[in-house]
Amino acid sequence: MSAVLDQHGGHAHDHGHDHPTGWRRWLYATNHKDIGTMYLWFSFTMFLIGGVNALLLRSELFQPGLQILRPEFFNQLTTMHGLIMVFGGIMPAFVGFANWQIPMMIGASDMAFARMNNFSFWLLPAAALLLIVSYFVPGGATAAGWTLYAPLSVQMGPGMDLAIFALHIMGASSIMGAINIITTILNMRAPGMTLMKMPMFCWTWLITAYLLLAVMPVLAGAVTMVLTDRHFGTSFFNAAGGGDPVMYQHIFWFFGHPEVYIMILPAFGIISEVIPTFARKKLFGCSSMVYATASIAILSFIVWAHHMFTTGMPVTGQLFFMYATMLIAVPTGVKVFNWTATMWRGSMTFETPMLFAVGFIFVFTMGGFTGVIVALAPLDLPLHDTYYVVAHFHYVLVAGSLFALFAGTYYWIPKWTGHMYDERLGKIHFWASMITFNITFFPMHFLGLAGMPRRYADYPMQFADFNALITIGAFGFGLSQLIFLWAVIKCIRGGEKATDRVWEGSHGLEWTLPSPAPFHTFETPPVVK
Amino acid sequence: MLRTEFRHAIEALALAALGGWATAASAVADMPGGPRVNQLNLAEPVTQVAADLHWIHWFVMWVCVVIFVLVFGAMLYAIVKHRKSKGHAAAEFHESTAVEIAWTIVPFLIIVALALPATRIVVEQKDTANADLTIKATGYQWKWGYDYIKGDGEGISFLSMLSTPRDQIEDRNYPGAKERREQNPTYLMEVDHPMVVPVNKKVRVVLTANDVIHAWYIPAFGLKQDAIPGFVRDAWFRAEKVGVFRGQCAELCGKDHAFMPIVVDVRSEEDYLKWVAEQKKEMLAKAEDPGKVWAIADLEARGEKVFAANCVACHQANGKGVPGTFPALAGSKVVLGKKQGQIDTVLQGRPGTAMASFKQLSDTELAAVITYTRNAWGNKAPENIVQPADVAAERK
Repeated sequence: MSAVLDQHGGHAHDHGHDHPTGWRRWLYATNHKDIGTMYLWFSFTMFLIGGVNALLLRSELFQPGLQILRPEFFNQLTTMHGLIMVFGGIMPAFVGFANWQIPMMIGASDMAFARMNNFSFWLLPAAALLLIVSYFVPGGATAAGWTLYAPLSVQMGPGMDLAIFALHIMGASSIMGAINIITTILNMRAPGMTLMKMPMFCWTWLITAYLLLAVMPVLAGAVTMVLTDRHFGTSFFNAAGGGDPVMYQHIFWFFGHPEVYIMILPAFGIISEVIPTFARKKLFGCSSMVYATASIAILSFIVWAHHMFTTGMPVTGQLFFMYATMLIAVPTGVKVFNWTATMWRGSMTFETPMLFAVGFIFVFTMGGFTGVIVALAPLDLPLHDTYYVVAHFHYVLVAGSLFALFAGTYYWIPKWTGHMYDERLGKIHFWASMITFNITFFPMHFLGLAGMPRRYADYPMQFADFNALITIGAFGFGLSQLIFLWAVIKCIRGGEKATDRVWEGSHGLEWTLPSPAPFHTFETPPVVK
Repeated sequence: MLRTEFRHAIEALALAALGGWATAASAVADMPGGPRVNQLNLAEPVTQVAADLHWIHWFVMWVCVVIFVLVFGAMLYAIVKHRKSKGHAAAEFHESTAVEIAWTIVPFLIIVALALPATRIVVEQKDTANADLTIKATGYQWKWGYDYIKGDGEGISFLSMLSTPRDQIEDRNYPGAKERREQNPTYLMEVDHPMVVPVNKKVRVVLTANDVIHAWYIPAFGLKQDAIPGFVRDAWFRAEKVGVFRGQCAELCGKDHAFMPIVVDVRSEEDYLKWVAEQKKEMLAKAEDPGKVWAIADLEARGEKVFAANCVACHQANGKGVPGTFPALAGSKVVLGKKQGQIDTVLQGRPGTAMASFKQLSDTELAAVITYTRNAWGNKAPENIVQPADVAAERK
């Protein structure tokens, strides 16, 4: 690693006013806007690759029987769909937003560690390459599910090792990103911008960054133990050698549950920026939103074993994790109530960002309800590892995180490109996504209640109609995202000139800058009163 | 390998576009003891626990519906009335500690109301004491093994495997698979030997696994419990209806995860005891003399059956395995080498691979299957016959 850094150091000139062009602009990028752009394009690419994985496996599930995929390849697809979407799609997309927006929103000239910023981005394509190459090694990609449960993950072929290294690299990237964000927010705010005056997006990212720092090393530890169990004769997860397979799940979910909030808290931040703008009214309770976010983050560390109710914990364990999990509904409820109160008696307009934000609240809340249902330990037993859970986490992750990312993109893209996006395309994208999303994921609740387990390559005939409908919905949802791609490209290439404020109700420092935002901004910090 | 997968995917898409989507489920009847066609809710309860789960599910659902109507009613009203296009000017209010406290406390109280009945059900689910019958269920890749360890039927032991034939499942290899499975209402949820239990008796299921984690799941009993290799967990049910009830493995366990169903046959006390007597008789008849010396042809014939029941899923009927994932036995060094090496592999498994230990099979079965592999698919091992005594000698 130091060799890489040295090499970069060797080429250093006065980077502050150096504008490399061509490929050098991107490879040597130290500007937060360029790096943010790369993060966003990277995550969208991974989103499409992960989507193709999903559509392949949905094709197999279109009808009962095995038509197109062998079950072992099917398992590779479910695993890689999860890994790619979580680590390649959603997480880097939020870091992309952080890169673009946080310096502009707090009045800083750039991120605190510009070169580390470059490094944390460029680690990602390397990790993605490892993941994709793993399809082509003997035995194919890992097929142990994105949770990589031992001992199944110990059985896998070399594709598993590549996935482990990919996770190590992506973890390192996330940790560097988190350090950068924390340092930037705590040290580089414009004079007068106290923490409680800071925009909600920066607040949620600050808390998220701490979560990342706390749990990414835990994931690295878990997968490293799998690696040594696989190759170096250790028995962390092998009962015959004194280990315990369930310990893997404890460690994984100690990472995994905070990880869920890593993927949703910045989304809350985006929604909390968008709703007040289009309601033309201040966010109802700023400080209670901050406290709610912090409570969710803290609670996320004591609920992990609710993913493990079926492993067979003692009554007390079952009850503790059930109560703790149910508590999360309280701060989450506070958020939803605050957004509703912000909209109440506002002066609302419904441009695409607002549509996605309102759509987010609607669908995310449905995921929240099913979350309460599966939080109830006794009821989780029949629902665990069925399509009910698949429905639940797609309602919060796709309709939650992804819709918020869309809301954020439409909201800020005029600032990024200097052009307004095509409102008609944006609205078509919203309605197409919203409708096909529900066609895809709503019937999964029924399948899960009826007892269809997840990660199944084939299923009883009685589940056929819903599965066919889900596959049709999935293709519709996948194709709808091409509208988004088109809307973004069109906006980059031209369109109505965006004003500096862009939105009538916009508030915050980023809107005081010209559109498009110049390469270097806030070289002299603004003063916030 | 990968390219064929993608090509098949494209073909399937083309098929779908041509209107291949016939309403497959409507051609099929409800599954007795399994899911109904397009079932919308939890399975019809057969145990008290499952009935309680139904109740609490409806309770939570109604709580959610009320909250949904209140929150989204308010939001919808705002969306319709408080728009700029209707000339609505934005109000100025924000921050209210009283409101914030109210909407923290009310949800908290709702949660307490949900947690109380849930707690009672957790305690009920976990009470495995005083069982009338104890059965050990062992998860294998990819079948279940049942050992009756306490109560009537003690000593009965058998494996339970998917009985849906491959020619109903694999459209790629068997033309007409679709028509055949449409005639089969218990497609993928049927086994050769179901677990048999008496009605209205408390059955404690002790779970473990041989290789990776599996999960024993019967929707109608409201029961799911992971089976963890090297550890023992327990769960219980008291079926209140006579009938056959079906479930599936619920924890990803590799290639044939979708193909290891669970079937429980609940019989009247009388019929159950009759079944126990039959099983005992059959076991006596089947008991084999481990010292017997077999002729090679008999061993091979027996071994072919053992292979089909235990080995074929990975090593394939043609002995060629799945390249890169499961090794071939045809031409394998282990199979053609010294017999001790192969006996050890089969008895101990290969740690860190999908090759599990098969020591649960009898000496005769292992001797037969090893002999079979040494002479099948063009294999000509120098040591071409393994007797039960050879296996017994290697067992530790």
